[in-house]
Amino acid sequence: MTVHPFRNRAFRAAALPALAAFGLALAAPMADAQTLRAVKHSALRVLDPIMTTAYMSRNHGYMIFDTLVAMDSDFNVQPQMASWEISDDKLTYRFTLRDGLAFHDGAPVTAADVIASLKRWGERDGMGQKLMTFVADMQPDGDNVMVMTLKEPYGLVLDSLAKPSSNVPFIMPARIASTPSTEPIPEQIGSGPFKWVADEFQPGVIAVYEKNEAYVPRSEPSSWAAGGKVVNVDRVEWVVMPDDQTKLAALQSGEIDYWEDVPADLLPIVQATPDVETKILNELGFQTIFRPNHLHPPFTDKKVRQAAMMAINQKDVLDALVGNPDLYQTCAAMFVCGTPLETAVGGEDVAAGTGMEKARALLKESGYDGTPIVFMHPTDVSTLRTQPVVVAQALRDAGFTVDLQAMDWQTLVGRRASQEPPANGGWNAFITNWVGADVFNPITNNMVNGKGPQGGWFGWPTMDVAEKLRDDFARAGSVEEQKKIAADLQAFAYDEVMYVPLGQYNVTTAWSSKLDGVLDGPAPFFWNISKSE
Amino acid sequence: MGGYILGRILAAIPVMGFVALFVFLLLRLTPGDPAAIIAGDAATPEQLELIREKLGLNEALHVQFFTWIGRLLQGDFGTSLLSGKPVAELIAARLEPTISLALTTITLSIIIAVPLGVIAAWKQGTLIDRFVMALSVLGFSVPIFVIGYVMISVFALDLKWLPVQGFKPIGEGFGPFAERIALPTLTLTLLYIALIARITRTSMLEILGEDYVRTAHAKGLKERQVLMRHALRNCAVPIVTVIGIGFALIISGVVVTESVFNLPGIGRLTVDAVLARDYPVIQAVILLASLIYVVINLVIDILYVFLDPRIRYA
Amino acid sequence: MSGETLAAAPARPPRFAALRRIFAGSPLVAGASILLLLIAIAAILAPLLAPHDPMRLSPATRLKPPSDEFLLGTDAFGRDLFSRVIYGARISLIVGIGAAVAAVFLGLVIGLAAGFFRRLDAILMRIVDGLMAIPNILLAIAIVALSGASLWTVLVAITIPEVPRVVRLVRSVVLSAREEPYVEAAIAAGSSTWRILVRHLLPNTVAPLIVQGTYICASAILVEAILSFLGAGISPEIPTWGNIMAEGRIYFQINPGIILWPGLVVSITILAINLVGDAVRDALDPRMAKRGIDR
Repeated sequence: MTVHPFRNRAFRAAALPALAAFGLALAAPMADAQTLRAVKHSALRVLDPIMTTAYMSRNHGYMIFDTLVAMDSDFNVQPQMASWEISDDKLTYRFTLRDGLAFHDGAPVTAADVIASLKRWGERDGMGQKLMTFVADMQPDGDNVMVMTLKEPYGLVLDSLAKPSSNVPFIMPARIASTPSTEPIPEQIGSGPFKWVADEFQPGVIAVYEKNEAYVPRSEPSSWAAGGKVVNVDRVEWVVMPDDQTKLAALQSGEIDYWEDVPADLLPIVQATPDVETKILNELGFQTIFRPNHLHPPFTDKKVRQAAMMAINQKDVLDALVGNPDLYQTCAAMFVCGTPLETAVGGEDVAAGTGMEKARALLKESGYDGTPIVFMHPTDVSTLRTQPVVVAQALRDAGFTVDLQAMDWQTLVGRRASQEPPANGGWNAFITNWVGADVFNPITNNMVNGKGPQGGWFGWPTMDVAEKLRDDFARAGSVEEQKKIAADLQAFAYDEVMYVPLGQYNVTTAWSSKLDGVLDGPAPFFWNISKSE
Repeated sequence: MGGYILGRILAAIPVMGFVALFVFLLLRLTPGDPAAIIAGDAATPEQLELIREKLGLNEALHVQFFTWIGRLLQGDFGTSLLSGKPVAELIAARLEPTISLALTTITLSIIIAVPLGVIAAWKQGTLIDRFVMALSVLGFSVPIFVIGYVMISVFALDLKWLPVQGFKPIGEGFGPFAERIALPTLTLTLLYIALIARITRTSMLEILGEDYVRTAHAKGLKERQVLMRHALRNCAVPIVTVIGIGFALIISGVVVTESVFNLPGIGRLTVDAVLARDYPVIQAVILLASLIYVVINLVIDILYVFLDPRIRYA
Repeated sequence: MSGETLAAAPARPPRFAALRRIFAGSPLVAGASILLLLIAIAAILAPLLAPHDPMRLSPATRLKPPSDEFLLGTDAFGRDLFSRVIYGARISLIVGIGAAVAAVFLGLVIGLAAGFFRRLDAILMRIVDGLMAIPNILLAIAIVALSGASLWTVLVAITIPEVPRVVRLVRSVVLSAREEPYVEAAIAAGSSTWRILVRHLLPNTVAPLIVQGTYICASAILVEAILSFLGAGISPEIPTWGNIMAEGRIYFQINPGIILWPGLVVSITILAINLVGDAVRDALDPRMAKRGIDR
């Protein structure tokens, strides 16, 4: 399958003298066997996993920080730094830190560090904010015990603390966690399995981690972020490569060991490369979503929003984005297919792509006047640049006028924060992707937030019903109750078109067969991996 | 002479002032909010406001501008909004790949292109001339990333002679350095051979058209003698021009080449910074690139005075 | 980035007779001209020539190899590559010609002003020097990324860095023409400023500007491709040669044609423009003409 164009003798002959002039050592360099070189999906920029939700910052957090508790691959919460006891009235949680925990500067991890870290996280993270509204108090009981007291019983205490994706409640030294949550932390000192090599960090080029020799892993086997985090390499380098073609070539030539996100179209070539393994590490995958702006016409009209939703065919979107049907699934579940909360209620037409006639009828009924939809289209992110093209065509087919505006992602991020009308620098619609673990329940899923312009997520629907249901969900006593509330919320959110899920896709990771023990997880983990040779 | 040089240096100041103002306004008057980029998806407007405040982005424009200029004059380039690292440190870490690539490319290009240009001018109108010119036009007609991909495909993947990407400082040994810089250099050199051969040819033709050369012809000297005795001796000026133009233009070529071959140089730093709205980094890099351009031109102008007595410096 | 700085400019009105001789005399240049004409016709008649809609998505036919139905295969959206390359000529030529015309016009106005009104000269030339000092790709990326990618901003981003060179060229022509006896005579005779500019100075600039225009045109087409490559180009929905290559680059090992066909078309077009530009320059530069150059 591997095709090399230009097997052209003349070409080689012409280049030979030029090469000779360089006096080259032609043999490939021997890689240091204990260094793992990985290419990540993006560059690490912000070194504060609490201040930002950027996935690279989260991944960085998993390297150098540890978490109190962690979710395993069956969605059960397990002890990590601490075990817990819950009082019978469900109002008191006692977290006991295990022995041997120490920060990279040698200081032991104490209850005070835990409290400061959770407070900072609780200011920034949506699920953390929700948790903090239930927390009456967090107090140390000696160095090793933290007691969390609640105002009223809350079913998601452990789920919040075991939140696997952005923002993860990482535990930092209290002096670092006392940094205001709007400022980046000044030091990269954690108690995690890797240590940060500050002087080798070049933003946009490389980030380097070395094994934390003092780390004491748990004895259980690894499962997601739970279990023992045993480090088997001396050093991990995250190398940034801007070009997929270059990444592919570097993997083929053995210059890198690990490629986090192989584009689906290149997968056949990667799989045909000898000594390269591929696997989907994050089975929950990604949910790609369409978000209308509820503040400005025409999407202030429910019928128009419904028309837009009905016009969309998930399969077309996914075909263009992913192509390979093994790597995507149409999915109506807002809280992600493959989770306990999965249900198709309300989203049948979108998932099946059978709504176009309804869309045209709804649009006609609504009296839509041809106001152009200002649709923001990021062209510099490969996983976001295709969907707007497909959705724009679907909207046009349904009778919408669409103004598809190309911009880079950072312009979009800046512009989507504007609540102004589209004519004054605002917008009508955009598309983004979420890691499944970020949207897999009503609390973490930003798009079903109904708080409106004050406290809602970009697009700002004001929907008290949604807020009521989210609150009910948080207080639900059983999994069955949770499921019912989540289904109600999903039906409501589809009816109001708070957002439109465009389907789920998976990202394949590729690595050299020199590596062993690469773990599944909602984020890429680098413990448990060993490298031979 | 000293007065001339001083005058030229003073004239560069308003030029750099204009660049500084232009870049600053370009960044601030266009959309994009670094605070939103830093905060990520879930930030509330209040949090964004706090971050903006912290970064000094809420100050009046002229206050921001003069704060920046003031610090600049004290040698402080500021800190990156995203990584919090000093900009000077970021740039310093990226200088070696870019300078290495520029030097190897310019050197190789001149070694190949100047003789080509001279021969083309000397044999003007002949097949050799046409061949050189066709080759040179072809060189800058092919988009540089296409050349880069072909290079990778042939030399790295097919023949497995050279690594695909990356950079090793020359301090880690000449071998590793050379094998990684080779493909980017070759790629960029194809473009610059084209450019430099053309400029050399044009300059040579001008010299060959000068009165004293024509006089030499008229005196009955052979073509070869004319070339050796008169034309080549005056070649210094065009070669200096060529080097100067080459350096000035190479910054643009480097941006794409660094991207294709994953060289962690200034070009990629700039593209990343623009896409992330890291204002202090963009400002510093563009200012630096312009300064290099201005300084090189200054040096060239001064060299002219030494090399070519016909140029007055009144 | 193309072409060289045009050295000396002719002090006399251009000799258009030489043009005819050039096109008639060199089969290569004649061929290049015909080729450009064909590309322009293809661009204009794209709706008639293209077998498929270049924008219409068709997920079912994505990344197909070349076949009878899809001459060059299809891209990742299932769009016909051949049709996109034909339509791509439209935007690429608009960008090329648009940038050339805009840069020449702006450069001409500013250059005439700088060359003729001595007091303006100092300020204008500092600004021009400043703009020239900023590497043109960096400037273009910044303009496009910061102000949003549309055909309009890409045109502006490509044009602005080209203007200073035109300004310098025009200014140098004006400065040398001012010394000519007939211009000095006109000034002495009290002709109006306007009349001197239009009647005496403007004609001198025509020949070098035509040549510079062809180089800018070629350069603009290349820069558009590079901007697209770096993710700062026109919306990928719209076919331009640069976009097709930028979109297709990750499929290089699957179907190299996605990059190589548009790459070939770009290269041939620019080659042709440069050949014609060179020929025109040689024809219009009296010094070269005197030496009897025939290319």
